[in-house]
Amino acid sequence: MSVLRQFCAALVSVLLIAFAAPLAAQNADAPIQRLLQEHGEIIAKSSRRTIGPAIDALADSGLLEAQAVLERWQAKEMWFDKEAGLFVYAEEIDRHTIRAFDFADGTELGEFEDKGFKQLKPNSGIRGLIGAALVRFQLNDPNPSARAAALIAIERDADESHLAALRAVKETEDNPRLRERIDRLERILTIRFAEDDAERIAAIESFNGDLGVDVRAVLNPLVVTSLDAAKTLPNDPDVVGQVEYGTERLSAEDAYELLVTKELAVPRITRGDQKAALIANIDVDAVAGIEVASLNTVTARDMAYAALAREGAVEPAATAAEVAHAFDVYVFFERYRNASPAVAIAAQAVLTGIENKVALNQTIDLGLDALSLASIYFLAAIGLAITFGVMGVINMAHGEFIMMGAYTGYVVQLFIPDYTLSIMVAIPLAFAVTFGAGVAMERLVIRWLYHRPLETLLATFGISIALQQLAKNIFGTQARPLTAPGWLDGSLVFNDIVSISYIRIAIFVLALLFLALFLIVMNRTRLGLEVRAVTQNPRMAASMGINPDRINMLTFGFGSGIAGIAGVAIGLYAKVTSEMGSDYIVQSFMTVVVGGVGNIWGTLLGATMVGTMQKGIEWLNPSNTLAAQTYMILFIILFIQFRPKGIIALKGRAAEA
Amino acid sequence: MTNVALDTAPARQPTFLLISNPSVLIFLACLAIFTLGVTVLAEGFGIGVISTSFVKTLGKTLCLCLVALAMDLVWGYCGILSLGHMAFFGIGGYAIGMWLMYARTEIIVVQSLSAAPLPPTTQEISDGIAAQIFGVVGASEFPPIWAVAHSLPLQLAAVVLVPGLLALVFGWLAFRSRVTGVYLSILTQAMTLALSLYLFQNDSGLRGNNGLSGLQNLPGLGDVPQSTVSIWFFWASALALGLGYLLCVWVVSGKFGSVIRAIRDDESRVRFLGYPVEAYKLFIFTITAVIAGIAGALYYPQAGIINPAEIAPIASIYLAVWVAIGGRGRLYGAVIGAAFVSLLSTYFTGGQAPDINLGFYTIQWVNWWTVLLGLSFVVVTLFAPKGLGGLFDFIASKRSPSRHGADLGPDAGALREKEAET
Repeated sequence: MSVLRQFCAALVSVLLIAFAAPLAAQNADAPIQRLLQEHGEIIAKSSRRTIGPAIDALADSGLLEAQAVLERWQAKEMWFDKEAGLFVYAEEIDRHTIRAFDFADGTELGEFEDKGFKQLKPNSGIRGLIGAALVRFQLNDPNPSARAAALIAIERDADESHLAALRAVKETEDNPRLRERIDRLERILTIRFAEDDAERIAAIESFNGDLGVDVRAVLNPLVVTSLDAAKTLPNDPDVVGQVEYGTERLSAEDAYELLVTKELAVPRITRGDQKAALIANIDVDAVAGIEVASLNTVTARDMAYAALAREGAVEPAATAAEVAHAFDVYVFFERYRNASPAVAIAAQAVLTGIENKVALNQTIDLGLDALSLASIYFLAAIGLAITFGVMGVINMAHGEFIMMGAYTGYVVQLFIPDYTLSIMVAIPLAFAVTFGAGVAMERLVIRWLYHRPLETLLATFGISIALQQLAKNIFGTQARPLTAPGWLDGSLVFNDIVSISYIRIAIFVLALLFLALFLIVMNRTRLGLEVRAVTQNPRMAASMGINPDRINMLTFGFGSGIAGIAGVAIGLYAKVTSEMGSDYIVQSFMTVVVGGVGNIWGTLLGATMVGTMQKGIEWLNPSNTLAAQTYMILFIILFIQFRPKGIIALKGRAAEA
Repeated sequence: MTNVALDTAPARQPTFLLISNPSVLIFLACLAIFTLGVTVLAEGFGIGVISTSFVKTLGKTLCLCLVALAMDLVWGYCGILSLGHMAFFGIGGYAIGMWLMYARTEIIVVQSLSAAPLPPTTQEISDGIAAQIFGVVGASEFPPIWAVAHSLPLQLAAVVLVPGLLALVFGWLAFRSRVTGVYLSILTQAMTLALSLYLFQNDSGLRGNNGLSGLQNLPGLGDVPQSTVSIWFFWASALALGLGYLLCVWVVSGKFGSVIRAIRDDESRVRFLGYPVEAYKLFIFTITAVIAGIAGALYYPQAGIINPAEIAPIASIYLAVWVAIGGRGRLYGAVIGAAFVSLLSTYFTGGQAPDINLGFYTIQWVNWWTVLLGLSFVVVTLFAPKGLGGLFDFIASKRSPSRHGADLGPDAGALREKEAET
């Protein structure tokens, strides 16, 4: 190698002397040019594996021009003058002509045909290495945003050299926010790369209680353990603790496998290998004197294999007794693998603290999730709380009103492309559409069926089936998008664990608005008074001059209209399909029934309970939302056993209405 | 309201069931003629006018009639609008399907292993079957609920016991806390939803949404052509329907039938008279669940496949639709409704019905049949609460006053059809 290098160096110098003519103006002896020449060969070779020394030499040179060279190189603006054997930077004027500049002082060397030059095109791997080296220059950049970018580059792909660079600028950084970030990054890199254990432990302990993902990412590898086995538990500092075999951490099979790999036990033979060995040793119609036809039990096969082993035809395998003995004799334990014991123990202590805090924050996050699910259920159920809770009408097509509202939103978005405006239009329009549908349904069907709840249920089922298929016929079976306005994108982030998307906050606020609307309409308006009067005693209300037919119609329309608005909100959060209504109808009825029919606060409590329950069960079994729904429904069925009238049961006369 | 159905039933005289109910003989005769006719016309035995697939459709329809009969008993006679009977139907199908699938896979596995140089152990056979059956859901071990799948008698017992026990427990919980009317309907719907959601999971042990398939092949009878098997199942379905009809007639006639009709008409009054209302309702709920399970066990071997979508609440709602259109509160009404609506549905959704071209829009029956069905259900509920069965009353000039939704009596809530004399 070195012979070749010398030869090349000689060649380069020969070239230098021979063809210096065209670039006479360039200073071939400038320190930066000499440095480049020194590494000219590997720079020209441009291989990610060998380029390292060249970049390091440039970065460590302390030359002012080094940063410019690295930047030009990274930007593919460095060219090699084949005749002069010098590196220049250049800009392309057209396809065949370049304008070259000297690295040393930036003087223009003139325009040249590009035939005599070779453009250096570093691949992305090399550009990454150059970038990492540039970071050190950038950390000293006068522009704060360039320094911030450098920090991001380090966060993404740190290496040992960055630690020194960060320490060098730690004291001089005058921007307090950047200084904070540099300090944090410096401590993280200390944990990763510092040689001195005391230094690392100090850095680890400085992160006590920090919730950042980066901290856990750097601490977790330190506490990785590997399994080991010995006759007695060794008293080494790196031993974490004994592990029982046959547990989730270490299955009995893996434990035995560990003994075998450590050559502490004879390997067992799998049933498959045993079978293969027996087949390989079939002699006419017997294996080791045992008839093949009788080898249809495990014990017979074990006997045949043992007989083969005695004959020496196969390797002996561990018997059950030997396996049991091995398990008796050896203990299994874990050792820290990636760090010295002191560091690992410190990391473990900090991690435990962090994990406790994480768990607390996850609980808060879960609570927020549950709250937003509860507000969705509440939204879906509040219309039902009016039609079913107040009027006592079972409307199984309520889910289809939700769907109708969502499709109204979708159609509005087809005509009004501005999402904010289209939502503003969609909400009143959805109310109008479903109010109309509700009034029509009340007039045509439900009016005839008051006081026959089972038949109301059946008739509205019919309507629900028809409406669902109708939606399918019009809009097709695929899910339609209902896009939220841009200002509802993203989420409110409290820390790395607790966050809630704005759309969920919007739904929560909407649920609160609906609750307020319901309370105001029912308790503070003439309509609400008349509704309550008609619900309690229609004849008495009629004799007081209230028209019960009109009130029933309006109330049903109002409940249906609210379902339409809920549909827009739910559509923003989930996809719009013809079946979305039936997804919510059972839960909605459950919410109303669990809460207590006829009481809005009960519905609120019911929604909270159902939402919290579902999220809680999902948390216990995160892989399976179907199971969560199943168990939740089972829970509700049982709950109704014990409180058949719901959480808040109406008392007195209202209960009989 | 003093003349509730209590005093109309002719059970006081010790007469024979068939003699006191001549309509049963008519029904059984119709069923027998129908069965004989189909047999003669079928491919398997007769002249081959009816294709095997249509024989299967007819056999399935008979099973649906049987479950509709159960629904009529529990809803039309006892006033419990259960939206869970198709779940019991599905459970029956799953129970028999487990055996069919196990036994058939066992034959295949044993056959493939018999070519191996060593005779297979029982564990190897069991592993092979499990790998075959549960490969699609990424498992290779038998879940505990398959413990008795190898045994036909035990799985047949499961067809009866699992729906029966589920109905018993659920009914006991619901009735003892006096959940009635629409609340009970919603609760049964929730139970159905829970069950179908549970079965949709891959780790439910019943192959998730793949369901059980290949049920049309009877283990050990691979040589028998499907045309013959279909006729066997058709006969079995017809026999089950006939026996089920007799059972239901027997239950609803006599004093017992009077009590359950009285419960439908006015539950609290019956309770005040000293009858244990909950026990009566529980009995009806459980026995109809068992009938539904048997119907399912006959249905799914003819359908060939069962999956959780069949158990979804909408299926039970359709069951209610059939009974309502057929005419609830009369057993033959349920049979007519189920046969009529399910055959029409098969016709219209099967793509055979001609499209109607309106010039500006072509009505495709595949898309519009469900809309029509839903709306006709509303119309039947509003204007013809007796359903198709009411036509017979009309022919027999038995008129009841047109109510047009008006109340008959002072009490709200219960279904107060005047009973047509059985």
